[in-house]
Amino acid sequence: MMAPGAENRSREAAVETVTGYNFGYLDENTKRMIRRALLKAVAIPGHQVPFGSREMPLPYGWGTGGIQVTASIIGPGDRLKVIDQGADDTTNAVSIRRFFARVAGVGTTERTADATIVQTRHRIPETPLREGQVLVYQVPMPEPLFRLEPRVAETKRLHALADYSLMHVKLYEDIARTGHIATSYNYPVMVNGRYLMSPSPIPAFDNPKMHRMAALQLFGAGREKRIYAVPPYTEVRSLDFEDHPFVPIRADAACELCGSRESYLDEVVTDDRGGRMFVCSDTDYCTTRQGTQGSAREAAE
Amino acid sequence: MYVAVKGGERAIEAAHAWLAEARRGDPALPELSVAQVEEQLGLAVDRVMAEGACHDRGLAALAIKQARGDLIEAAFLLRAYRTTLPRFGASLPLETGAMRIRRRISATYKDLPGGQVLGPTFDYTHRLLDFALAAEGEAPAPAPEAPAEAATMPRVTGILAQEGLMQPEPPGDAEPPDLTRQPLSFPADRPLRLQALARGDEGFLLALGYSTQRGYGNAHPFVGEIRMGEVAVEIVPPELGFPIAIGEITVTECQMVNQFAGSKTEPAQFTRGYGLVFGHGERKAMAMALVDRSLRARELGEEAEAPAQSEEFVLYHCDNVEATGFVEHLKLPHYVDFQSELEKIRQLRATALREAAE
Amino acid sequence: MSAPLLEASGLRLSFGAVPALDDVALSIWPGEVVAIVGESGSGKTTLLRVLSGLVRPEAGEVLYRDPAGATHPVQAMGDAALRRLHRTDWGFVHQNPRDGLRLGVSAGGNIGERLMATGARHYGGIRQAAAEWLQRVEIDPARMDALPRTFSGGMQQRLQIARTLVTHPRLVFMDEPTGGLDVSVQARLLDLIRALVADLGLAVLLVTHDIAAARLLAHRLLVMRRGQVVEQGLTDRVLDDPQHEYTQLLVASVLAA
Repeated sequence: MMAPGAENRSREAAVETVTGYNFGYLDENTKRMIRRALLKAVAIPGHQVPFGSREMPLPYGWGTGGIQVTASIIGPGDRLKVIDQGADDTTNAVSIRRFFARVAGVGTTERTADATIVQTRHRIPETPLREGQVLVYQVPMPEPLFRLEPRVAETKRLHALADYSLMHVKLYEDIARTGHIATSYNYPVMVNGRYLMSPSPIPAFDNPKMHRMAALQLFGAGREKRIYAVPPYTEVRSLDFEDHPFVPIRADAACELCGSRESYLDEVVTDDRGGRMFVCSDTDYCTTRQGTQGSAREAAE
Repeated sequence: MYVAVKGGERAIEAAHAWLAEARRGDPALPELSVAQVEEQLGLAVDRVMAEGACHDRGLAALAIKQARGDLIEAAFLLRAYRTTLPRFGASLPLETGAMRIRRRISATYKDLPGGQVLGPTFDYTHRLLDFALAAEGEAPAPAPEAPAEAATMPRVTGILAQEGLMQPEPPGDAEPPDLTRQPLSFPADRPLRLQALARGDEGFLLALGYSTQRGYGNAHPFVGEIRMGEVAVEIVPPELGFPIAIGEITVTECQMVNQFAGSKTEPAQFTRGYGLVFGHGERKAMAMALVDRSLRARELGEEAEAPAQSEEFVLYHCDNVEATGFVEHLKLPHYVDFQSELEKIRQLRATALREAAE
Repeated sequence: MSAPLLEASGLRLSFGAVPALDDVALSIWPGEVVAIVGESGSGKTTLLRVLSGLVRPEAGEVLYRDPAGATHPVQAMGDAALRRLHRTDWGFVHQNPRDGLRLGVSAGGNIGERLMATGARHYGGIRQAAAEWLQRVEIDPARMDALPRTFSGGMQQRLQIARTLVTHPRLVFMDEPTGGLDVSVQARLLDLIRALVADLGLAVLLVTHDIAAARLLAHRLLVMRRGQVVEQGLTDRVLDDPQHEYTQLLVASVLAA
């Protein structure tokens, strides 16, 4: 193992984009500490592992956890995709992708299929991920019980005892009051039959994609200083009742651009007289579909 | 045909350019130098060093200039720089008893060895805007000087301790925890709590300290002593094995003296609330001392119901860089979550309306 | 009635110089109601907390016998096992219903929580069980979705009992269950408890300073004073023919009142 300083110098020459920082911004000791936390997290699926989260040059709550996880696992041969709200071109996704291009000089891509690492905020790509890919989630609040029990010491105890009746009661009360479970995003899941986990604020629509996903799923919460993971092919169940099963919901419409009736849609307000339309939230999925439709049309002509 | 909004990258670049222009202000006016900030906005520099947890006046002044005077943003810049620095180890505890005093006051004794030293304080200024400062004036006449006190000034809490009236702090040789390396865990011991408070937001600690005085928590504080001045920082390099001084820094220390009724095992005595900050930060040091004492409620067997007495509440919320990030992240796009909420609300309303119709 | 559900021996605990439990032994068999009486400060609530595993004694042992007949020392059980026990085979009825209920959760949710904690995942089934239990404790099932904070003290206490009994525990600890209630409400609650105990064949460890409540409910009585059991026996025998002078005083004070 090289001393961190030596590592720093050897990289400086290779990476021209910014000087004075180690490959991936974090020093090698920090990356090793984070990788240890990740290994522990993978070994105990859904369990939140505290880690010595660093003060990053981006604000807390803006993806510092996801960035630290990505920085710890990324290598020069990786291809990184960064999405926010499903899109590659939202400002925060652009900002994070630029950060890695500057501090790691890695190749970036907007195509889900070409990426080795996908860092995301609030969505899981529509294109199914495959073995060998890693999905890194930015997590604002890792504790699924925090609205029901704000004391961290107490929630740790409840996890240790696998006592999740608070959450079940909340879902029961939702149905008693409204006829439906009222949670639409950050919908709690049970991982490997043991730990209750926050899937991060993805829409409940995306929850089923987590179940037995072929890719490794890593979750980083920088401000709360916790890491957790779901290894490939792990059982991830959305909490529900036998007679009120979990139903992923999306707008009942087709994408205006690619016509998809399966993808998650953004609602776009087109005027101030009630006009709206729906487009895919996953920009890569939508663009790819438009491309194949275009070439199919050309072939037909 | 609808075209999705693109150009995030160009928008960011344009925003940064505009920010740089706004930072400079009217180019007809001379540019503010970092040295001017350091010399003439010294208390802002001190605050940024304290909350940025990095003692470097020049960098703090640069951060203030870069942040356009936004002190939390400046503390953030300093922290993000600090985190990239190698960690050499911990210094020896500062010997504040040997401080070269610029200011020292006690509210508990009228006079005491070394006397009361007001120093450069706002305390007895009348808060009248001084319009003379608006005009570019000459440097003020030098302040009168007294001959330096030869003897060091004993600390008030030491005087109380001689009589056995002040609860002693347990000595510790252990290297203090570093919460920039290890996440907070609870119950947090006092060194960890003090470390979090020393980096904590002045406004938050001020409000919490104030709340203990208004009955939210059981505080009976006296300012035993506030002292501000220069102290030497010493480290023990492993290859030498003895302490060497690596420099001198300015700090403000506040020791609050609080009554403690005693318990079955301990007679009644005074207990300490402690505050220490970089630079001249008297308000912060005092608030910190109040909050430190209130966080000791549980270990002293007192009721612990008030916010200022809850370790989790105080320590998880006192960091203004964390708080700013999380509050401000709400302005990031949340289209996806909001869309799911829209669909859910429509579903719930449809169910309710259908039931009402039946 | 082959073996006791709970067996305690040699229990000792003191708070500073004050002995709260001084060599206390106690057994309770299935279907039996045992009352622990004494003035406040006599150690009876401490005894209940020690027996139920909430407080650790300085000396002595409490053995719990599970439905399969195996015994477990309560003090050696981990937090998770003890919590499971408190949700399944045991129940605890607090004097103040606020300590045993979630006041911000509906009555149905309060009853349902114990079912869900033990794995129930059928919403309709949970609702039905909640409705049946509300009826059993004489609360209108139409109030199922109401919050307990809108209930009277007596209703809250009955709801707490329903929440406790829904998982069919064999042993229930009751700490002054009628303590904070009006006299007329107390009588109704005692009748309800008596009927439920008889129907369900429950074993109950009841702490009370109310001799009349003990006479109505308990098969057996323990009289505590300064951390010691000064007298015990069948309820009628102890109350009609008290041997210890402290018991005589207790009984006399009730008669005088």
